[in-house]
Amino acid sequence: MPRTTRTRRIKGPRTTRTLLVLVAALALLAGCEREARRYQELPAAANRETAVRVGQLEPGAPQQNASVRSPYQDNAWGIGEGKRLYGAYNCAPCHGANGGGAIGPPLMDEKWIYGSQPDQIFATISQGRPDGMPSFGGHIPAQQIWQLVAYVQSMAGQVAPTNAAGRNDDQATGPPESRRSPLVPVQTGHR
Amino acid sequence: MPHVQSVIHPAGIEAARASHLWWLIFGICAAVWIAVAMAALIAIRTGRRAASRATDRQLGTNIAVAGALSAVVLIAILFESVLTGRAEDAIRTPDALHLQVTANQWWWDVQYVNDLPSLNVTTANEIHLPVGRPVRIDLLSTDVIHSLWIPSLQGKVDLIPGRLNELWLQADRAGVYRGQCAEYCGLQHAKMALVVVAEAPDAFERWLAANRAPAVPPSTPEQERGKAVVERGPCAMCHNITGTLAGARSAPDLTHIGSRSTIAAGTLPNTRGYLGGWIADPQHVKPGNRMPVPGLSDEQLQAVIAYLESLK
Repeated sequence: MPRTTRTRRIKGPRTTRTLLVLVAALALLAGCEREARRYQELPAAANRETAVRVGQLEPGAPQQNASVRSPYQDNAWGIGEGKRLYGAYNCAPCHGANGGGAIGPPLMDEKWIYGSQPDQIFATISQGRPDGMPSFGGHIPAQQIWQLVAYVQSMAGQVAPTNAAGRNDDQATGPPESRRSPLVPVQTGHR
Repeated sequence: MPHVQSVIHPAGIEAARASHLWWLIFGICAAVWIAVAMAALIAIRTGRRAASRATDRQLGTNIAVAGALSAVVLIAILFESVLTGRAEDAIRTPDALHLQVTANQWWWDVQYVNDLPSLNVTTANEIHLPVGRPVRIDLLSTDVIHSLWIPSLQGKVDLIPGRLNELWLQADRAGVYRGQCAEYCGLQHAKMALVVVAEAPDAFERWLAANRAPAVPPSTPEQERGKAVVERGPCAMCHNITGTLAGARSAPDLTHIGSRSTIAAGTLPNTRGYLGGWIADPQHVKPGNRMPVPGLSDEQLQAVIAYLESLK
């Protein structure tokens, strides 16, 4: 009795088997890249800070923003780490547990006082900003600041939904990061 | 590290009871296995001829006897298990030593709870116990489900986020035992161990008193520089050293790190070389663990090692 069932399982219709292998291969392929975990080395884009500009008025020809990509904005693990660090490094008490803002400005809207570009966010965290934002440079290692940058981007829907951090363990008061619609960032220069 | 971690070499009354039960069940199962193997061998030798000669009545009797025997053996095991469980509960006394162990990915936070909070002692990845006194350990977790298992002293109990579990044990023989996380909890689950030191009550009291004290102030210029790096650099973002500016609580307490026998949750012996290697690149030793590469310069690293080693 067991022999017949076994034989049937092994032989099976060939097309179904091919299809199954193909689907499995595709599923595995989809899991590449997104989750590469880099624990040690800092990607090349890092450590580049640009000057703060809070307005459009400037002498000479208008300067182009440096387009530095955050090394973790395409990396689900990095953004997830950023979310953990957002709690661990006490960002939440000022900016809100989900980025809704409190004593500090909200991070989930389209308004950015000091710019929404990854290097601008990095500079804000690293240097600190007037009226309350402490300087974390020299305290938080650069790699972790980049993870925080990616998470801050994700709170305003600036990363792909497939890369956003996992959902909260506790009751959510708003849509999760993966469901936030990408907003067009506006640099306000003031609150 | 050659610390004892063995269920069949119990060092406490609770583990001894569990070990006794284990040997009993092992003996019964071995006897049953041998009986079944013998019966199978006899059946193979005699073949179908003997079976066809037996009447239905005989076969029915045989099956009934075998079934009854199995039930008796199983009930005996159940009975002994219940008795052992009840006996294990008898250790619970109100004057037990009270500990609180909080599991984190991937280390153990240990607190000796006192009615007077100023007499609490916080340490990490190392537990000291007095021999012959019952110990109550409250078990908590901050992230995922872990399980505390010190095989030489007691069975395992899970640490579950949002739930308070209790583990009772008593060490009856002085020695150094190894505990281990026994519930898969992520990348570095295998390197989440803790050291349990069972010692004479007066030695334990001395240890407790020493650990109540704040950190020793630095005595050399190098240690002084190390303290400054720890307080103003990345270390103080997560670690606590009582008596200094470092007061964070999301990583192992370092107030008396110099007196502990291991670092990185039982992963490495606490020597100058291993300590330096760990601080220089924790991600090499335990990839994926929560300690980032702090990026200290060589001088800063040497100073930090000198300072941490002085924290006896």
